[in-house]
Amino acid sequence: MNGVIILLPIALLLGLAGLAAFFWALRNNQFDDPDGAAARILIDDEEDSV
Amino acid sequence: MSAARQLSEEHTSVLAVPTMHCAGCMSKIERGLLRRDGVIAARVNLSSRMVTVSHDETLDENDLTRFIAEAGFEAQPRRRQAERPYSAVKPLLAPLAVAAFAAMNVMLLSVSVWSGAEGSTRELFHWISALIALPAIGFAGRPFFKSAWSAVKRGSTNMDVPISLGVIIASGLSLYETWVGGEHAWFDGALMLLTFLLAGRVLDAMMRDRARSGVEALVSQAAKGAQVVGADGSLTYLAAEDLQPGMVMRVATGERLAADGEIVSGRSRFDQSLLTGESRPVAVAQGETALAGTLNLEAPVDVRVSSAGRDTTLAEIARLMEASTQDRSRYVRFADRAARLYAPAVHSLALLTVVGWLVAGASLYEALVIGVAVLIITCPCALGLAVPVAQVVASSALMRAGVMVKDGSAFERLAGVDRALLDKTGTLTLGRPVPDAQAIAALGVGEAGIALALASHSRHPLSRAVAKALAARGVVPATLENVVERAGEGVFATHNGWGVALKRPESSGTTAVLLRTNDGADRLIPIADTLRPDAREGIAQMRLQGIECSILSGDTVKAVAAVAHETGLTAQANARPEDKQALVGRLRASGHKVLMVGDGLNDGPALAAADVSIAPGSASDVGLQAADFVFVQDSLSALPRTVRASRKTMQVVKQNFALAIVYNLFAVPLAIAGLVTPLIAAIAMSASSLLVVANSLRLMRAAK
Repeated sequence: MNGVIILLPIALLLGLAGLAAFFWALRNNQFDDPDGAAARILIDDEEDSV
Repeated sequence: MSAARQLSEEHTSVLAVPTMHCAGCMSKIERGLLRRDGVIAARVNLSSRMVTVSHDETLDENDLTRFIAEAGFEAQPRRRQAERPYSAVKPLLAPLAVAAFAAMNVMLLSVSVWSGAEGSTRELFHWISALIALPAIGFAGRPFFKSAWSAVKRGSTNMDVPISLGVIIASGLSLYETWVGGEHAWFDGALMLLTFLLAGRVLDAMMRDRARSGVEALVSQAAKGAQVVGADGSLTYLAAEDLQPGMVMRVATGERLAADGEIVSGRSRFDQSLLTGESRPVAVAQGETALAGTLNLEAPVDVRVSSAGRDTTLAEIARLMEASTQDRSRYVRFADRAARLYAPAVHSLALLTVVGWLVAGASLYEALVIGVAVLIITCPCALGLAVPVAQVVASSALMRAGVMVKDGSAFERLAGVDRALLDKTGTLTLGRPVPDAQAIAALGVGEAGIALALASHSRHPLSRAVAKALAARGVVPATLENVVERAGEGVFATHNGWGVALKRPESSGTTAVLLRTNDGADRLIPIADTLRPDAREGIAQMRLQGIECSILSGDTVKAVAAVAHETGLTAQANARPEDKQALVGRLRASGHKVLMVGDGLNDGPALAAADVSIAPGSASDVGLQAADFVFVQDSLSALPRTVRASRKTMQVVKQNFALAIVYNLFAVPLAIAGLVTPLIAAIAMSASSLLVVANSLRLMRAAK
């Protein structure tokens, strides 16, 4: 029972943190361009490479 | 903050670039733009095929279009630029996240209760579950409550009514159980139900968003404005809605007219195929009328606007369409038809169960608990997923094959089709000029290089067609000097000191261009609109699928007869937009399910009136917006493929419903007998949902 009293708030807080992170992402337009986000990682940073 | 303020005061333009598809395209466009003076920022959105550019006042959209063209992509400015595209997915993401978060946490607590937590521990866990679940249900359940409430207000019912009732009653009963320290709370079941159903809704909305952004990127063809000649001879650009009767617009070669009007100077030929279906360009001389939406093919002309905006022929067709669209909206989806039977059956079953247990001598409380168990177990979890998952999987399979699905219910409507009407120009044919393949192949290497170099200097539709055909054959352009384009005549230049030209032939019996070079005789390259590839095979396959096809065209009898002969179809020529609409109406009245395939403005009313409609990606705005499916490739094999995919989808949807009903046949008797605990409900719900999803995934290869 004592363990539960510590563990439960921890579990809930972690879950809430995840939820908050998701809402943050939603507000900051992270879900506007899922295809583009996937492709962007393939773009080279060096412009000169031909 | 001040930096952000600064940025928003810069000019922002949004351009559609329909052809970009990969990381390479993105970086080419972004870097190509950023290299220019005056461009402050450029950001590509690959999902919607748009580029948002912030720039200073020295640049306008035409400059940006040119920059992107020089990077190798075609772009079109958007009409309403500042407006953010509406997304159906976004408002559902937050409810889904909340429901999923709450369901996971409550499930964790429920598992401990099921595995034997007792006494004060169980009570504590129930209370925590209630604290998490009640606000979550209130927030995540709103989409369902709203829709159910509006259905009840109208006196009808839909799938959301049993869902809302089940969720609300389950939460209420669980709260009571928690209050009195009872054994079973159903919070986990209610939340899991919401999570699954919201996932189904999000999938459904994703499909619609994707199709809409695809179609939006294609929509561009109608003229958005015109260069207006002022009293002092100056040119100003006015948007189509600002044009007034009496103004004079200057229409360059290759431009579409923004308004109806009378030609005051110059003469040219106009492509009216979008408006009337007629493939042959129509010559219009000074004093005669040119129509909005037609394409100027030959020489620049000045046109005095006679009617603009809502008075044009174009707007007239739009009104015809609106009337037909209302007719179609009466179609009732399969799922809603099922709900009309399902909801009353479930509710009376639950009521009978309560009455039955009361008669058998149970207490009111016991009878109510069992009644609620029946409601929860019959909550249409699998039913809510059955249709959207199948449609999403099928539409992404079709999307990969080049067909965009604009409306989920289109699958149901297309699956039952037994009669198809096909437009000729732009539908059976490509609807754009294609140079004769033999004439192109007959050109020598030197000639081809000169022809490509000349053609690429002109924006004339015929030059573009020649350039495209030659570039596709891998021809290397020759170097030219002193290139001049003379309107109405052609492109002239010198090559190694010799005069060369790509011009209009003197005797223009058919549409053609004349190539004059220094070696050999002049070459005549006939240019015509040809049948789509696989047209005959596609139609033969449709016939095998039990769909009778015929041609319905606004073109002349002669032009239609040629295509009818080639495809072996019966045909009706000279059909005006209202004739097409009337024929669709007659066929529907005689019991046929009609598919209309068309692209032009003149097909718009028929597209909207038919049971289901398909348009090619090259179609007019009106055609694209009226159609349920849009296919982007040239090949006509897209038609039988779409029909096949729709029929498979409906098969899977019906299987899904059958699975859901079989599940109910097993689970409902248990619930009525009072044997269902929250544990059993959770297992049954997730098992049936997974089964339905797995069955739908078989549609992955439906478009093969």
